[in-house]
Amino acid sequence: MGRKLLLEHINVPNINTFDVYRSKGGYAAVEKALKTLSPEDIVEEVKKSGLRGRGGAGFPTGMKWSFLAKPEGKPRYLVCNADESEPGTFKDRFLMTKIPHLLIEGMIIGSFALGAKTSYIYVRGEMMPQIRILEKAIAEARNAGFLGKNILGTGYDLELYVQPGGGAYICGEETALIESLEGKRGNPRIKPPFPAIAGLWGCPTVVNNVESIAAVVPIIRDGGEEYAKIGVGRSTGTKLISASGNLVKPGIYEIELGVPVEEFIYSDEYCGGIANGKRLKAVVAGGSSVPILPANLINKTINQEARLMTYESLSDGGFATGSMMGSGGFIAFDEDQCIVRNTWNFARFYHHESCGQCSPCREGTGWMEKVLHRLEYGHGKLSDIDLLVDVSRKIEGNTICPLGDAAAWPVASAIRHFRDEFEWHVTEPKFCLQRNYGLAHYADPLPKPEPVAV
Amino acid sequence: MLKIEETTVVHDFSPHLYQQFQEIVKRYPVESAKAALLPILHVVQAEFGWLSVDAMDKVAEYLDIQPIEVYEVASFYTMYFLRPQGKYMLEVCRTGPCCLVGAEKIMKYIEQKLGVKEGDVTPDGLFSWRGVECLAACGFAPVLQIGPEYTFYENLTEASVDQLISDLTIKANN
Repeated sequence: MGRKLLLEHINVPNINTFDVYRSKGGYAAVEKALKTLSPEDIVEEVKKSGLRGRGGAGFPTGMKWSFLAKPEGKPRYLVCNADESEPGTFKDRFLMTKIPHLLIEGMIIGSFALGAKTSYIYVRGEMMPQIRILEKAIAEARNAGFLGKNILGTGYDLELYVQPGGGAYICGEETALIESLEGKRGNPRIKPPFPAIAGLWGCPTVVNNVESIAAVVPIIRDGGEEYAKIGVGRSTGTKLISASGNLVKPGIYEIELGVPVEEFIYSDEYCGGIANGKRLKAVVAGGSSVPILPANLINKTINQEARLMTYESLSDGGFATGSMMGSGGFIAFDEDQCIVRNTWNFARFYHHESCGQCSPCREGTGWMEKVLHRLEYGHGKLSDIDLLVDVSRKIEGNTICPLGDAAAWPVASAIRHFRDEFEWHVTEPKFCLQRNYGLAHYADPLPKPEPVAV
Repeated sequence: MLKIEETTVVHDFSPHLYQQFQEIVKRYPVESAKAALLPILHVVQAEFGWLSVDAMDKVAEYLDIQPIEVYEVASFYTMYFLRPQGKYMLEVCRTGPCCLVGAEKIMKYIEQKLGVKEGDVTPDGLFSWRGVECLAACGFAPVLQIGPEYTFYENLTEASVDQLISDLTIKANN
C-alpha cells in the first residue's frame, strides 16, 4: 500500500468537521508554521519538497512562491484555483467535499508564507454544494481562532473568502481566473506581466491548484525533505489521480508518484482492470488536453521500459510516443470506443470553451469540430485528416493562453496514433455508422526502435 | 431567443436580496466592488430563475457599473440563463468521459421522457434539460445537476432518471 498524505483520514466519519479534523492532527501544521517558522522558511520547505503544481502545468510550487513581488504598500494575494473543469479530472471536488479543512489549513500556511492578508478560493460555480461546505468550514476555523485577527496570538491576520465562478473552463487558466474574480469575462491576459508581479487588482498574486495547496500541509508538518523521499526523481510526493472511463473501479486514488501505469490500471488496489472483461484500447493519462496513447504505448514506453506514473515517464517519447501527467485525469477507453467520436467530442468541448479572444483558437476549434463531425458521420474525405493536422498546427503556440494547445493536442495525437481508424471512417462510411473500428492492432506489441546511427 | 414579452419583465428586488448583496460586497476592497458581480448574479438567478434585462440593470445600478458590464458577463458564462427555464433545469454532462459510459443515451432518454427538445420547457413549466460540458464528476458518470442548489445525481440509469423526474414532479405539486 502506498502512503497517503492527503487522503489518510478520508474515511474517518465526520472528517469534514473542524473537531474531528483537529483530533486527527489537523491544523498542527498551521501552528508549526505560524509559531516556529518564518515566511521564508516555509517557502524554502516547499522548494525542498519538490512539489510541482498539481493543476496541470507541473511548475514547481516553491519556485512560483519565490517569484512573488513584494513592493511596499501593495497588498499581496493568494488565490486558490478550484475551477476544476478539465475533462477527466474530479479530484478537487472530492477533496473539498470530503476534507475541506485540509484546503483551508493549506491556504492559511500559504497566505502566511506569501504575506497575504486576504485570500480567495475561486470555486467553479457548478460546485455550489462544495461552496457551502467550504463556507461552513471557514466559519468553524474562524471560531477556533485559525482565521481572522491575530491568529493563534501571533499577530497575523487573514481573511479567507470563497468566490463562485460562472461556468467557464477557461477560468482555470490563472489570468482568466483573476479576470473572472474581478467580475469580468474570463479572457486570459497577455503575459508578461505575470500574476506574481501584477495579478488580482494589479497586485502581486499567486494562483495555486487545490491539491497543490493541500499538499503544503504534510510538507510543513513533516518537512520538505521527508516529502521529497516519496516518488521518483523530480516527481516527488503523492498525487491524486482521477480515474474514469471503462474501468472496473473508477474513482479517486492517491498514489505515490512512480507507481507503474500497468499496476495502476490492473491491480485491485487501484482501478482493478477494464470493465466488463473488455480489452484496453487507449488512455488519456492527464486530462482531455494531453495526447491520447494507444494501449501498446501505455504500459511500456517505445523503448520497452515500464511506464511509470511520473511527470517524466508519462511524457517519455515526447509527442511522438508519449503523453503528459497533466492534472492526473486518467481516462481509459475499452475496445468498443470510437476514437474519432471521442476526438470530435473533445474538439466540441474546446470550441465551446474557447473565450474567443484569439482567432486561431476561436475559428480553429470550430473548424476542427465541424471536420471531425463529418468524419464521424461518414461524410468526410481523406484530405480532411491532413486538414485537421494542419489546423491543429496553426492553433498550437499561436494563442495568448494554453487553451489553444489544449485543443490542438488531442486532435493531433489521435490522428498520429489512430490514423487508420480515421481513414476507415472515410473508406467505409456505411460501416462506421453501424459499428466501431474495434481494438484493431492498437494493443499489439511494438517493435523496439532501431538505435539511430550518429 | 428572448420573446418580446420577456424583454419587458420587471423583477422587484426585496430588501432581503439587497442584504445578501451587501454581505457579498464586504469580501472585496471598497474600490473593487465589481468583483461581487458573479456571486450577485447567482443570488439573483436563484431568486427569479433567470436574469431579466431589468434584473441585470438593477445589479448594474447597485454596483455602480454600466449595464453592458453586466450583460457581457452574464452572456459569457454558461450558468446564467438569459431567458426563463423550467422550474427544474436538468443539466446532463455530455463530455468525453461521461459519453464513454452512456451519457448520450441518457440525454436521448430524457428528451423522449420529457417530450421537449434541448433548451425547451415542458408545457407545465416544470422541466427543461440541456447538455453541458464536463462537470468534474467523471468517475461517477453519467451525471446531471439541477440548480439553483446544483444537487448532483450520479451513475445515472434510465430507472434513476424516471425516479428523479417523478420525485421532482411530486415535490413541485406539493
